Amino acid sequence: MTKVAFYNSPKVRSAIYQLAVVATIIWFGVEFAINAKANLDAQGVRFGFRFLDDPAGFGISQSLIAYSEQDTYRRVFYVGLLNTLLVSVLGIVFATILGFAIGLARLSPNWLLARLAGGYVELVRNLPLLFQILFWYLAVLIALPGPRQSIGLGVQPFLLAAADGFSWLERYGVPAAIAQSWRGLADWVGPPAIYLNNRGLIMPRALFGEGSGLVAAMLALAVVLTIGLRFWARRRQDATGRQFPIFLTALALVVGLPAAAFLVAGTPVSFEAPVLRGFNFVGGTRVLPEFTALLLALSTYTAAFIAEVVRAGVLAVPKGQTEAAMALGLRRGKVLRLIVVPQALRVIIPPLTNQYLNLIKNSSLAVAVGYPDLVAVFAGTTLNQTHQAIEIIAITMAVYLLISLATSLAMNIYNARTRLTER
Amino acid sequence: MSAHFVRSQLIAPQESPRSDTGLSAWLRQRLFGGVLSTTATLLSALVLAASIWPTLRFLLIDAVWQGTSRTDCLAETVGRPVGACWPFVQAKFAQFMYGFYPADQVWRVNLTYAIGVALLVPLLIPRVPYKRVNAVLFFGVFPLLAFCLLVGGVFGLPHVETRRWGGMLVTLVITFTGIIGSLPLGILLALGRQSSLPLVRWSCVTFIEVWRGVPLITVLFFATYMLPFFLPESWKLDPLARVLIGVVLFAAAYMAEVVRGGLQAIPRGQYEAARALGLGYWRMMIFVILPQALKLVIPGMVNSFIALFKDTTLVLIVAIFDLLGQLRAAFADPNWATPVTLLTGFAFAGMIYFAISFAMSRYALYTERRLNTGIAH
Repeated sequence: MTKVAFYNSPKVRSAIYQLAVVATIIWFGVEFAINAKANLDAQGVRFGFRFLDDPAGFGISQSLIAYSEQDTYRRVFYVGLLNTLLVSVLGIVFATILGFAIGLARLSPNWLLARLAGGYVELVRNLPLLFQILFWYLAVLIALPGPRQSIGLGVQPFLLAAADGFSWLERYGVPAAIAQSWRGLADWVGPPAIYLNNRGLIMPRALFGEGSGLVAAMLALAVVLTIGLRFWARRRQDATGRQFPIFLTALALVVGLPAAAFLVAGTPVSFEAPVLRGFNFVGGTRVLPEFTALLLALSTYTAAFIAEVVRAGVLAVPKGQTEAAMALGLRRGKVLRLIVVPQALRVIIPPLTNQYLNLIKNSSLAVAVGYPDLVAVFAGTTLNQTHQAIEIIAITMAVYLLISLATSLAMNIYNARTRLTER
Repeated sequence: MSAHFVRSQLIAPQESPRSDTGLSAWLRQRLFGGVLSTTATLLSALVLAASIWPTLRFLLIDAVWQGTSRTDCLAETVGRPVGACWPFVQAKFAQFMYGFYPADQVWRVNLTYAIGVALLVPLLIPRVPYKRVNAVLFFGVFPLLAFCLLVGGVFGLPHVETRRWGGMLVTLVITFTGIIGSLPLGILLALGRQSSLPLVRWSCVTFIEVWRGVPLITVLFFATYMLPFFLPESWKLDPLARVLIGVVLFAAAYMAEVVRGGLQAIPRGQYEAARALGLGYWRMMIFVILPQALKLVIPGMVNSFIALFKDTTLVLIVAIFDLLGQLRAAFADPNWATPVTLLTGFAFAGMIYFAISFAMSRYALYTERRLNTGIAH
């Protein structure tokens, strides 16, 4: 047997290759570090995270926590992070609702509805997100009329429009009483509480008086009770086969308990409606147009992708499953709830999570319209003021990476739990 | 004795069942089958009419087609409600397409486009022969040629700084560089991720997951603000080049995941057969595995190219003026400030973005169908 040269042994080779890779990475790292030191020294920037405790000295247009110009860059980071999370969470909620609706509409037996949903998906998916954000912001929201010509979002404008329509029809013999009654209805409904103008979306503000804590506590209690009840009902059903009307009970609990507390505590929560006075609105709260544009674009854009995910998921459930369930005598609602949806969800959830992650990452486009998210106030303004580029970009990237990794971890656990057990 | 009952009259024949073919049946089944479906049809028709009619009016019927300044697009001058102000697009067309590329040098950009299209089209049509030569020309020679033509400084062509590039030119340069750069890098990363050498595998996994876990905008910030710190001071990297590095690294991570899908779809037998023939790792990959794997993932690749094309718009945030960036800059021009300028600009850019993305997605769908029929034997 001929002896193989030592450099041809797979073990030695793999060791050499790996050493080469590690050496290259280390070489790059060292080179980067040396260059970074030289460049930082040349620019007089001191590496380190001490700058986080310096006062920021700039204002932020929207903040969920108390913030003033005297606060530190650390506080700026938290404000930005919370704003990113706010727009992401709301975006996820709206995108999911819209996406499921459009995805199911695409599967509708109604030809026109399916085509309309398909057209929406094609149009929205094929335009860049940043294009859509700028479109909503520049061409729609900023271009709206000023406060005095605000657009009211409510039932009254529709009722008044209907009344106008009927008044116009009076020349064709439609009795005037109809238009009158629509106008009366409009008066009864009252002016809308939500207004849209070039300064943003003006909405009523909830005022929490004394005793609103009781309402919140009752709501929490109802949720806890519902979870416990569901657990108990499932165990009883597994043991005895008897079903419990869990949905109705849960509804009664979640609505009933806080409502009772609301009355007992003497209606502590009230709403302050915005009123136009002079050139602007008084009262209520204002949602920035930057936020509205970003939220609108993120939700509608992601919804198009979610619609495709939902469609694929529902199509992945074989028709035989529905037919078998029908043959067992289940009603249509139960077929959907017990047979189709659980199987479709197994296909839908992983790509859906991916879309949620995309939405969170895409929320960083906020910087293009000036919504104060993490990238805008931290990787933007803070970086420009402090020049601590390495630290700031590393922190920003780490935040997004952490969110992504945590989500993939949760996803892997979910996949392992719902995987089909095959023998 | 038994009772008899005999019918004395014939029963009238039943009407034939309603046909389930033809137009009326189709209308009944797909549009007006029941109250719910009819309501859905009417509502959809309403939505369609309310979106298509105003769009058509804006783009064609009410549009202003000729003019030289903003006054030609004002409702007071025209004497009717105005739609799109196309003279605005005509006036800014060169800026949208080439940025501030010198007008007498624009032929170089056009020549690059022409060569690119001439090489790309035969590559996309499956029936055209000489795929290998074509691919080498497109992926190997064309980038060098395009670089020489666009940057200049050689063959007597005057040098054009990338600062003056803009509009569609920058959009296409970034997309194309992203594609060309991310393909080899992505394939290497995918191979590394499947490697049996743990250190190689873990470095590749880390690289891929980090780039995929962060938004592109932070990558662009990284490339623009952080990268210069890491390079020797003497390297004065061009702003566009920095952005290109960021885009290539980012796209490579996504490409790696697409290619990995293809590698995993190749049956083990192929690897074993190649080994049995005595091929080493690289020969096995290059001659046996990658040709099959890459063919499988063409649709996935085209989809990530679409994503890349749409993502190029983000460069405007780091002050590189692509098509959307030039559009935004043009909005600021007071000479064209009219109530319809914004909508006109968005309509124009939107049509370009839509046409290119839509064409690419149709091509992905077409290759997918072609590949599907190939597999089902």
